[in-house]
Amino acid sequence: MILTPEQQAMLDGSKGEVMAKIVKTLVMYGDTFGAERMVPVTSEYGHTVISYGLKVLGPVLDVFDEIIDAGLTDGQKFTADPRPLDKNVPSNLLEDLIFKKLMYTDQARYEKQMEKLGILNDDAYTCTCYLDQVGNKPGKGDILSWAESSAVVYANSVLGARCNRNSGMIELFGSVAGFVPEFGFLTDEGRKADWIIEVRCEKKPEAQLLGSAIGMKVMEAVPYVKGLDKWLGTELNDDACAYLKDFGAATASNGAVGLYHIDGLTPEAKELGESLIREGAPVYVIDDAELESVKANYPVIWADKDARPELCFVGCPHLTLKQLCDWTDAIDKKLEVNGLKKVSVPTVFTASPAVIKEFNKTDKANILKRSGVIVSYICALMYMNNPLCKKKAVITCSNKLRTYTSARYYTEDEILNIITSKEAKA
Amino acid sequence: MKEFKGRVIVPGTCSAEALVSHGGFNTLASFQMAMMFNKKGVPCGDQNNPDLYGQKMQGKALCLPITIGSTTGGMILYTVLAAGKAPACMLFSESIDSLAASGAIMGDVWTDSCMPVIDRLGDEFLEYVKTGMTVTVKEDGVVEVE
Repeated sequence: MILTPEQQAMLDGSKGEVMAKIVKTLVMYGDTFGAERMVPVTSEYGHTVISYGLKVLGPVLDVFDEIIDAGLTDGQKFTADPRPLDKNVPSNLLEDLIFKKLMYTDQARYEKQMEKLGILNDDAYTCTCYLDQVGNKPGKGDILSWAESSAVVYANSVLGARCNRNSGMIELFGSVAGFVPEFGFLTDEGRKADWIIEVRCEKKPEAQLLGSAIGMKVMEAVPYVKGLDKWLGTELNDDACAYLKDFGAATASNGAVGLYHIDGLTPEAKELGESLIREGAPVYVIDDAELESVKANYPVIWADKDARPELCFVGCPHLTLKQLCDWTDAIDKKLEVNGLKKVSVPTVFTASPAVIKEFNKTDKANILKRSGVIVSYICALMYMNNPLCKKKAVITCSNKLRTYTSARYYTEDEILNIITSKEAKA
Repeated sequence: MKEFKGRVIVPGTCSAEALVSHGGFNTLASFQMAMMFNKKGVPCGDQNNPDLYGQKMQGKALCLPITIGSTTGGMILYTVLAAGKAPACMLFSESIDSLAASGAIMGDVWTDSCMPVIDRLGDEFLEYVKTGMTVTVKEDGVVEVE
């Protein structure tokens, strides 16, 4: 890799030993992927996947201390993934003890570090930083130093920004140094599609199920998806963006997709069409039966597979304002039909603090509250990491949450039916 | 005995028992529970990986195609390395992915750990190597399997 004189000087220690190690890490990272140069980070803000002071992450927090102690705190400001704890989310005394005394013991230390390193504000903890209410929305062509698989795939695919699937820590190194190695999704060649996906479903495929099927098939490759236009249209409106948010999160967690193109909808597919597809790209046909088969193969690791659900999480990734409103309407209607006043399963909807503030200004907030649903800013995954919570019969319509925890996956319609029925049968 | 040649990502040598994942290795799902609760031998917690679920990973020659999943992956791998609970080596049949590369490189630059990482060993490597076989990694990226 050819470095500018200034970058070379940083590598040689002109800005201290810690900056030299940061640049060395970025150079080795770039060399591994054939990068020939560093390029400036051009987005206004960064985003870090690290949002929790988990005891076991002590070595990571030690590196942050090194960066702070070296005075390297004038880099790019950033948003961060959701906080792990919220007293409004149901947990018993023993679970609380584990959360606070064994798991997130370093949360205060971590949040102090984030303040020093440049967290945007106290409400900047969400995996959906790119939503208008949060304000970290990069433009097309912006170079990012982000991590968080669902945010990276959204920024690349829906916003047309350019970001590699960086790991936690590396993304902050890029924000501190102000540059990142140019490879992969930062190049035109790296953004070409390796797979053609032909969606031939009779009904609108569930976003999180379609994303899961594609992620498991293509792994880290770039899919070009055809056949969604009849449901998503050709404009990136609120519904299409929410769908793609959930779809992308599933492709990224069930596989390792960092960029997808949706024919006639996402920016590069609109601009370049099928010229984005590499020659000889294999085709994966998805129909309703294929999606059923994918779903049927998810392992269920509940001790009692017939257990009554004890908790339901909706909102991984965090819900948009419109999703919160739509869910409220759907629950309200269904409860009335079923002659119930409140949901029959303790249910938590998660969204960013900024979206929750906006939601609370609407008349729907009271309707949702009356239905018994809790709205929280937490990361459901962090909650489920508690081994006692892991033993609970938790249901979700998030394929990301299913992948990383013991939560059992159901489609959105199935979740709605379960939490609004007297029997609450999963 | 069969020999394979790959690309050196992090140099080093070791000899260890193979542990083989034929599907993508989900770093977060595999390590998080074992690390959080200090489980002996670091058993794999990824319910979606039938090859590795429940198998102890510490000190093993982890043979895999690539890693998949959350972008915390590299950071988790870094933590595992810093804690001295890593596999003996990581051997990729395909080109290494950005998350695994990050974790391995950060471990190399920021800790005293020594976990050789080799990629591009080819599909035949992953077809040939079986869990329980002995794997020897040499400095130049040569991997012997017996």
